[in-house]
Amino acid sequence: MQDCTDVFARLSEYLDRELPGATCEEIEKHIAACAPCVQFVESLKKSIHLTHGLTPEDPLPPIPEELKQKLRRAFDDGARRRGK
Amino acid sequence: MPEGDLNIAERLLSGDPAAFEEFVESYRRKLFQYSFLMCGLREDAEEVAQDTLLKVFSSLEQLREPQNLKAWVFRIARNECLMKRRKSVFAPEHELSLDELRPQATGEGDARAIEIADWSGLPDDAAERSEIRRIIGQGIKELPDTYRAVILLRDVEELTTEEAASVLDVSTDVVKTRLHRARLALRQKLDQSLRSAALGIA
Ligand SMILES: [Zn+2]
Repeated sequence: MQDCTDVFARLSEYLDRELPGATCEEIEKHIAACAPCVQFVESLKKSIHLTHGLTPEDPLPPIPEELKQKLRRAFDDGARRRGK
Repeated sequence: MPEGDLNIAERLLSGDPAAFEEFVESYRRKLFQYSFLMCGLREDAEEVAQDTLLKVFSSLEQLREPQNLKAWVFRIARNECLMKRRKSVFAPEHELSLDELRPQATGEGDARAIEIADWSGLPDDAAERSEIRRIIGQGIKELPDTYRAVILLRDVEELTTEEAASVLDVSTDVVKTRLHRARLALRQKLDQSLRSAALGIA
């Protein structure tokens, strides 16, 4: 039997589907009948979702041409070493 | 592992110039974001991003398994970051405990509730709102080092638990524990911002 505290401790694993099926079902059952847990899970899901692929607040300027050429030389040299 | 990564890794290894362009385009931004939130200074972050790319291209032959591209690149970035680390910009190292992150409960029985802000006004996509990106970025920066390292790899860059564990040289259980606490702490910060109306949601 899971209570709010047990659920709270395993929420990330639950959301990431990293728990055994039986544990997962117990948590699901608890949440379905527990309004505070529903509210909490919804806010946590939203918070996680907002961090996915977070981009910088100020965008990165385009790559300087000089840097790009330097990188390209390293890439081409590597390919030559590997015989490509 | 997304097929796209395996594909681009194989094309990079074969010396395909188009793969070079694609890789620089997508990874320069990722690496900048990662190092900016990891080291804290914009100048450092730009340097880490470019030094990492340079190392990637000059040591591609060390990528033994192409499907590990992303983890391998972030491992290089992490080492570059560690070399640059300036203590002063880091949040003090401390353990996050579950008890501090649990919401306050009120009421009994059917009236049981938690103290929580109204989250309904938040957009689904942080890209829509620069102030949300700022608050999340700030929230991540305020996390202690070990937790920040995990949430950046697992949630921002969406590496798997196993990949994050290999980048950080820790067990998958450690990744899971730290990730959960980092997520709870970030959720708590967002909740506080929402309550103090710092997000200005009408
Ligand atoms: Zn509950």
